[in-house]
Amino acid sequence: MVTQDGTAQPDALHRQRSFRVEAVVLRHSDWGEADRLLVLYTLEMGKLRALAKGARKPRSRKAGHLEPYTRVSLQLARGRDIPIVSQAETLDPYLRLREELLLSTYASYVVELLDRFTYEEGENRSIYRLLADTLSRLCTQSSPELAVRYYEIRLLDLLGFRPQLFQCSSCGAEIQPQDQFFSAALGGVLCPQCGRDTAGALPVSMPALKYLRHFQRSSFSEAARVTLSAGINREMEALMQHYLTYLLERGLNTPAFLRRVRRIDQDEPPIAN
Amino acid sequence: MLLPEPIQDLINAFSRLPGIGPKTASRLTFYLLRAQDELSLDLAEALKNIKSGTSYCQTCYNITTSGRVECEICASPERDKSLVCVVEEPLHVLALERTGSYPGVYHVLHGALSPIEGIGPEDLRIRELVERVRSGSVKELILATNPSMEGDYTAAYLHQQLLPYGVRLTRLARGLPVGGDMEYADQSTLLRALFGRQEMS
Repeated sequence: MVTQDGTAQPDALHRQRSFRVEAVVLRHSDWGEADRLLVLYTLEMGKLRALAKGARKPRSRKAGHLEPYTRVSLQLARGRDIPIVSQAETLDPYLRLREELLLSTYASYVVELLDRFTYEEGENRSIYRLLADTLSRLCTQSSPELAVRYYEIRLLDLLGFRPQLFQCSSCGAEIQPQDQFFSAALGGVLCPQCGRDTAGALPVSMPALKYLRHFQRSSFSEAARVTLSAGINREMEALMQHYLTYLLERGLNTPAFLRRVRRIDQDEPPIAN
Repeated sequence: MLLPEPIQDLINAFSRLPGIGPKTASRLTFYLLRAQDELSLDLAEALKNIKSGTSYCQTCYNITTSGRVECEICASPERDKSLVCVVEEPLHVLALERTGSYPGVYHVLHGALSPIEGIGPEDLRIRELVERVRSGSVKELILATNPSMEGDYTAAYLHQQLLPYGVRLTRLARGLPVGGDMEYADQSTLLRALFGRQEMS
């Protein structure tokens, strides 16, 4: 089905020769003589690979529109096995993500998380919106850390890995306002009693847990009212990284870059991992 | 299908090359089998020398003939050693040399940083570049990495690393390509072309 404005519906890939999508470019890699293979996250069809012919030639009309972390409107033609980009137009170039090292690294992290958690299997408009919103928040918000912490929590929600933050994941008791533990294997917080007996459970402070709960329940505009201290941010980051690595069963590439870039930026001591 | 082992070996070797699939690999193999002996012998000789006959220039890390400490460009007295152009690949040196008007020397990184692919500074010749700048003879560094996300990222990283040394850091200009069309220009290129506009004289 294709609506009047030419917007593709999920099954359009199999029917139409040419279809239009809105997408964020996640990654690109060189392909053949002068082509690029793109990994896109589209509004209409979720993750999708597409081939941009001639995109590595300097005079390509498409190349500038197809850089990673660009939101684009694309006309795709059904190829033999993967779609081919026939037209491209930038909707949002997220310029600051290209110019500032720290923001660029955060954007890579955002994109890597999404890329690693998703498969090429159908649309998820909420994930698309979250991705586009997060990239634009990185460009406009004063605290990229807050945008990224909020993204992690929401992404876990949308992927079906929402951590349990209100009851003990082991005994079910309601979580009291005190320092707790977090178990990646059980997917949530543990009360101090259960936490001490559970192997691999990490301690989590009350303030960090409070922010995580707040982000899980609130819209971004509400979440953005808080100010994250560097210490709390670091604790939340370490906790999320621990949980995400557990779920992915493999380390992520970008956190090492983040640590390196921040170290030079703010002369922070390296964070133990 | 059963093929003699030497043929199968060559097909396998060819198909490991980028852009060559199993069909092309067998076609090339059978072509060589039927062609004159010297074609395959020349090829074999060339393949053997590609590793043993080359090495890295110890100054700019471009590819040079083995046994040389410095490449021709670094060794040339005509070149301005205080002007260094940083590029991703040896082929980019060739592209710049074709302009025929670059007076300085080069530094080849052998790749670009990519946080997502996990290509970090230790995978490139970045330490060597910092060392070269630290030694003090460099006045200006032209960051000529690709105008892509990875290239920009690498340039931004180098900028951050090299800022303390007080060396002049420049980035190649970016704008509309010769023979291009405004209609197809993307916002980020057009914006940079606008900000980098030049006085007509």
